[in-house]
Parts: sequence; structure tokens; C-alpha cells
Amino acid sequence: MDRRELLRAIAALTGCAFVGVDRVFATPSDSSVYTPTQIALLDEIAETILPRTDTPGAKDAQVGAYIARYSAACYTPANLAVLRAGLGEIDARSRNVHGAEFVKCTSAQKQKLLVDVDAEAKRHARTSGENSGQPPHWFTLCKQLTLLGFFTSEAGATRVARYRPVPGPYKGVVPYKGETFWAW
Amino acid sequence: MFHAHNQAMETQYDAIVIGSGISGGWAAKELCDRGLKTLVLERGRDVQHIKDYPTMSLRRWDMDLRGENPRSTNEANPLISRAAGYDATTKQFFVKDEDHPYVQEKPFLWVRGYQVGGKSLIWGRACARWSSMDFEAPKRLGYGIPWPIGYDDVAPWYSHVEKFIGVCGSKEGIATMPDGEYLPAYELNTVEQHLQKVLKEKFGRHYISGRWAHITDAQEIHRQQGRATCQNRNLCMRGCPFGGYFSSNASTLPWAQKTGNLTVRPFSVVHSILYDDATKQASGVKVIDANTHEELVFKAKVIFVNASALNSTLVLLNSTSKRFPNGLGNDHGVLGKYVGFHNYRAGMSAEIEGFEEAYYEVYKPAENIIPNFRNVDKQDADFLGGYVIFSGASRRLIDDNDTHGETIGAKYKNAISKPGKWTAYMYMQGETLPNAANHVRLSPDKKDPWGIPQLVISVGYDDNAERMVRDFLGEGRKMLEAAGFTNVNANDNHWPPGLDIHEMGGARMGSDPKTSMLNAHNQMHLCRNVFVTDGACMTSTGSQSPSILYMALTARAANYAADQLEKHGRIV
Repeated sequence: MDRRELLRAIAALTGCAFVGVDRVFATPSDSSVYTPTQIALLDEIAETILPRTDTPGAKDAQVGAYIARYSAACYTPANLAVLRAGLGEIDARSRNVHGAEFVKCTSAQKQKLLVDVDAEAKRHARTSGENSGQPPHWFTLCKQLTLLGFFTSEAGATRVARYRPVPGPYKGVVPYKGETFWAW
Repeated sequence: MFHAHNQAMETQYDAIVIGSGISGGWAAKELCDRGLKTLVLERGRDVQHIKDYPTMSLRRWDMDLRGENPRSTNEANPLISRAAGYDATTKQFFVKDEDHPYVQEKPFLWVRGYQVGGKSLIWGRACARWSSMDFEAPKRLGYGIPWPIGYDDVAPWYSHVEKFIGVCGSKEGIATMPDGEYLPAYELNTVEQHLQKVLKEKFGRHYISGRWAHITDAQEIHRQQGRATCQNRNLCMRGCPFGGYFSSNASTLPWAQKTGNLTVRPFSVVHSILYDDATKQASGVKVIDANTHEELVFKAKVIFVNASALNSTLVLLNSTSKRFPNGLGNDHGVLGKYVGFHNYRAGMSAEIEGFEEAYYEVYKPAENIIPNFRNVDKQDADFLGGYVIFSGASRRLIDDNDTHGETIGAKYKNAISKPGKWTAYMYMQGETLPNAANHVRLSPDKKDPWGIPQLVISVGYDDNAERMVRDFLGEGRKMLEAAGFTNVNANDNHWPPGLDIHEMGGARMGSDPKTSMLNAHNQMHLCRNVFVTDGACMTSTGSQSPSILYMALTARAANYAADQLEKHGRIV
């Protein structure tokens, strides 16, 4: 089990190949492309996807900052633009539906907005194949990075998933009783 | 620990070893153990065990991008960034593309690790033995010259190496994959046991825990090396603080150092081997200092060439003299030809219902293996040669199928934090056939930064390889479906050769000096004090992972050379 396995898992989950570092030659991205307000919005979206419960949530794991960092350093300018434009879209939509920008909405309103956007993103992924030349849906990108960022954070890996830095002997067969998975 | 490269140093040794990777380290160990003053020339920087593993203990969240490279790094290294295991935590053990140019006449992604220890730091660690069938098949089926040695010649040396490096595995009594001196095997998980049972019952095929260079139970010989039992951190390629897997850095080089007979000179790019007309042997090695570009000559009674398959071939091609205008020992033009590799083109994954009550703890740095079942006793496939399959099963980390329709929020978070459906994968490692057209040669005009001709690589797949890929794609699917797997997702990745990192040949062994470069002791037919014991020596590629065979052949040749020096004072 390695990182690639997780990326495959996330791709299966969001119905779209994981969009990460690719080899299109383009100008390197500037890592300061996100404003603090945008990072706060990313945090809010991530927290809605993976909220704090009896275990830490996305904000505890500073997922917003991770999404900003990762997309600026690893995405092509085109995908970075898709993701950033999505932040504008969700606010516009939020104002339209609930009369307030996303971060000001109630938890239930945020949840409803993202459930709808998630369904649209999945439809988009189904109708636009990997090689269709169509850009991915912004929420596909956002959700992928939320999941990757969360489960590779200290909070996500050690307090939601289970993490053993020095595992010792491997056991091939252990009974499963509903625990969370092993972080890697 | 090693000789500082800029100090005045001896220029006369008993033995010179070119390269410090998996086979060079073994040459150094055996020669030093036999009391020979040995100089190891390494073109890259020094890497000392533990001290020079800067990422070995980093956790994902210690790194801004959690271990991924930024796009700029991958764009600057379009070739090496495709190598297995290359990421922000391991890239220090791979070359940078721009530093080491070569010419791809056909697409060939040449993966190199230039440092003390070479690619032994970043190897795959699979350690199955070749069987007698692997050695005999080229002759029996007429697809290559005969090997000058057989399984029985190598078996004691496999044992010698296995005991020292530590190899885990189970005793199975399988003719196509002989048993060795093994530490406890990794246990199969529940779904892997299911696959094992189905393959046995329905196909008569074996599905067993693979043999890997991991110390699953440290013995005295390992403690003497300062190595401990593998802790299954699964971060091997960063360098292991426990010495849990074998590398030159953790094992053979420090061992050789303790004899007092070893000198390692990093930053030493070997230009050529010098030939002496009077003795009809090699007199030494011409080196270019990687930093100062100063030219140096080191002399020795015996020279081991362990620069990795294609670089060893390059050194020999560049070792021209009046006697050998086409490269050392190359009267017939065989040098550089019959370059093979392993065919990793195809893989597949699939999912299976059930087994929800089973999990594992935690991860293992190893895989399972299905030994070759093709063309074993008789020709039963529409291609020549065989393939092995590596495989494993695990539960998905984040599984969309068990979120009860939830896509956002607390219930969703809870659902995806649990291990998901079981999946299994299989991928092939296939033999490629010796072919004179698959060759490397020196560029007539392009030079590397040290003034050495660049290597032109002209190696590709043939129709046999295409048929083998198709066979695996069919057989793999059949086996998975017979075991109840569904949604088989099979894929031919169309990788160019090179990414397998199993390039072999270029200076092949053989009994007949007219068609081969090296005899049964890896000794050059036409220059007796030069031994080539890395991948360059391979007569055919077989289907098993080759590294441990290089180690065994190296130990065997080094002791042969030491015997001769003891008896005659020189190599005869």
C-alpha cells in the first residue's frame, strides 16, 4: 500500500483520475495566488466535506492552506485557474440561493450547496472522459485535495485514521471490528 | 569512513572495483575479505549509512507537499521523475536529467542513481532465485547462446549472499523458483490466501509470499553488520535507519571497510580501462575527477567492472587501444549488443465482495509472486520465454461504495475513514529475448560533461514481447475472475524500456569467445584480469529479478580471482 494506492482510491471516489502533478510544460505557478480570504473559504469548504466530529475535522488539519500550497506548486496553470474560479462560483451560487457568501451560511446550507455541487461534479466526470480534453470540474479538484490533505495531515492520519510510525512485525490476518484504516 | 577524494592517495592496488552499487559492493566485500587492497571508484557523491539519509524519518505532514515534488522538479526531470519510487523523499538518490545526457535512438528511459551505494538504495528488493530452467531455456528453445554456467554453479553463491544480506521467504519446493536460505516469510492476508487456494486448485499454479531482501528476523551475521530486523515502516527508498533492507551502504561497504583493505573514491568518473600490450592484461583505470575534471590513473592486478549494465558496457566500449580499437575484448563486435530488459508493460486490478471481517496490520514492504508457469517443461504459449507475476491484495483506503449515499459531511467522513472493499492487483515481469539489434554504442560526436562519449541506446520491444503481454492480460484476468473478482481493470502501459530498471546484457557471458565477451567466471575472454559481474554479463534475461544473481555471480567471480592471485600472484 503506498501513496499511489491512495491516489487511486481518491480517483475512484471522485469519479475522476487524480489531478496532480502532470508533465505539461508551463510557467511555474506563484504560490501566493490565493488570498487569505480564499484560503479561509477553502477551509470552510473542506470543513463542510470533513467536519470536526468527535475527531478532528479539515480545519483542524489546516486543509485550506494545504490545498492552496499544493495546487499552486503542483497544478498546471489551467487546473489552478479552474480551482480558483470555482471559489468565485460557489460564493456567487451561495449568495444567489441563500443570500450570503459561503462562509456566512449555516452548516445545513453549506452542506446542501456542496451536496449539489458534488453531484454536478460527478456528472461532469462521467460525461467527460479522462482524454476528452475537457477540464475537470473545480469541485472534483477541491474534494480530491481535501481528502489527500486531510489524511496526510497529522490530525487526519493519527486521530482519524490510525498511524504507526514504526509498526514492527507485520500481521497478515487480523480481525476487523470497524476501526478506521491505517494511514500510510 | 571513506578516503577523502581530494587527498593524495595511493595509485596502486590489488584490485579496482568500478562502481559501488549492488554488485560493486559485493565485489568490494569479497575482495577485501580475501585480503586484497581494494579501490572502489564511484562516480557520484559519498552516501554514508543513516548519516546521509536526510528524509528517512520525515512524516508526511513534516513536508509542505506531503512528499510530492512540485511541478517544477518533475518538469525539469521529465525522464527520471517517471522512475518507480521517485518523489520528494527519494529524489536525492536519483540523477538529475540535465546532468547526465544520453541519446535515445529509440525511447529508453535510463534510470540511474549516481552515489556511493548506487541504485542499491532505491532497488525493488525482490530476491527470487533463477531456476535451472531459466539458465537452460535459451539453448533448449533456440533463442540465444547457451549460458556457460548452470544453476548448480550458482546455487552455493546464492546461499552465500542470502545468508549475508538477509532474504525472507517460504520454502515451497517449486522447481521454477528454487528455495534458498530464508528468514521468515511475510504472511499472506486473508484475500491473498484465498487467491493462493484458488490458483492451486483451479490452475495448479503457485501464489506465494515473495522473497525480499528484508531482515524479518535479524541473525548474528546481520547484527555484525549493524543491521536490525525490518520494522515495516515501508519507507525503504529513503534509506533505512534500521538497515532493514539490503543496500551496499548498510551492508557490504561498511563490512569491507572494517577489513582495513577498502578505499572508496567518490566523484571518480571512469573514462576507460587501460590495456598493456606487454602483459596482454589491463594495467589500470583512467579516471576523471567529477569536480576538478583532473585525469588520474589507478593501477591494479585485477579489475571488476560493476558500473551497472549500460555504464559498464560504455566503459568497455570507450576502452580502446591499438590491440582493441573497438573496445576492450571486442574483436567480434558483440560488445554493446544483445541488450535485454524486463517487460513490465501490463498490470491489472480488480475488486472482490466479502472478507469484510478481515484486515491486516499494518503494511509490508513486500509483494507476493506467481512463479513462471509458461514454457516450463514444454513450449505451451505462442511466445518464447516466461514471466512472473507480482501481486497483492488490500482494502481500499477511501471507498465510495460504503458511504450509504453520503457525499459531504459527518456521516461521509465516518464512512470513508473505514477500510473499504478488498482489491487485488497483478503485474507482469517478463523475459525479453536476446537480439543483436537491441544495442548500445558510443555517440561519434556527443560528449558528456567529462569528455566521455555519450551512450546511444537503441533498444525496443519485439513481437514476442507483444504476445507475452497479451498472454498475461488474458491469464491474469482468468485467475482473478476464477477467484471471484469483478471489475477487472487491465492496462497495457506501453512503457518504453528502461523504466523496468532491469536493463541487462551488452557484455554477455558465453563459452564461445567468438560470440561472447565473458567466460563462465565473468572473466573477459580476451583480457583475463577484467571481470564484469553486473547486469552487463547477462546472456539472457530470465523472468526473475536479477539483482541477487548479480550479487551471487560477483561473489563467485571475486573468489575465483582471489584464488588465482593467491596461487599465481596474478590472474591467468
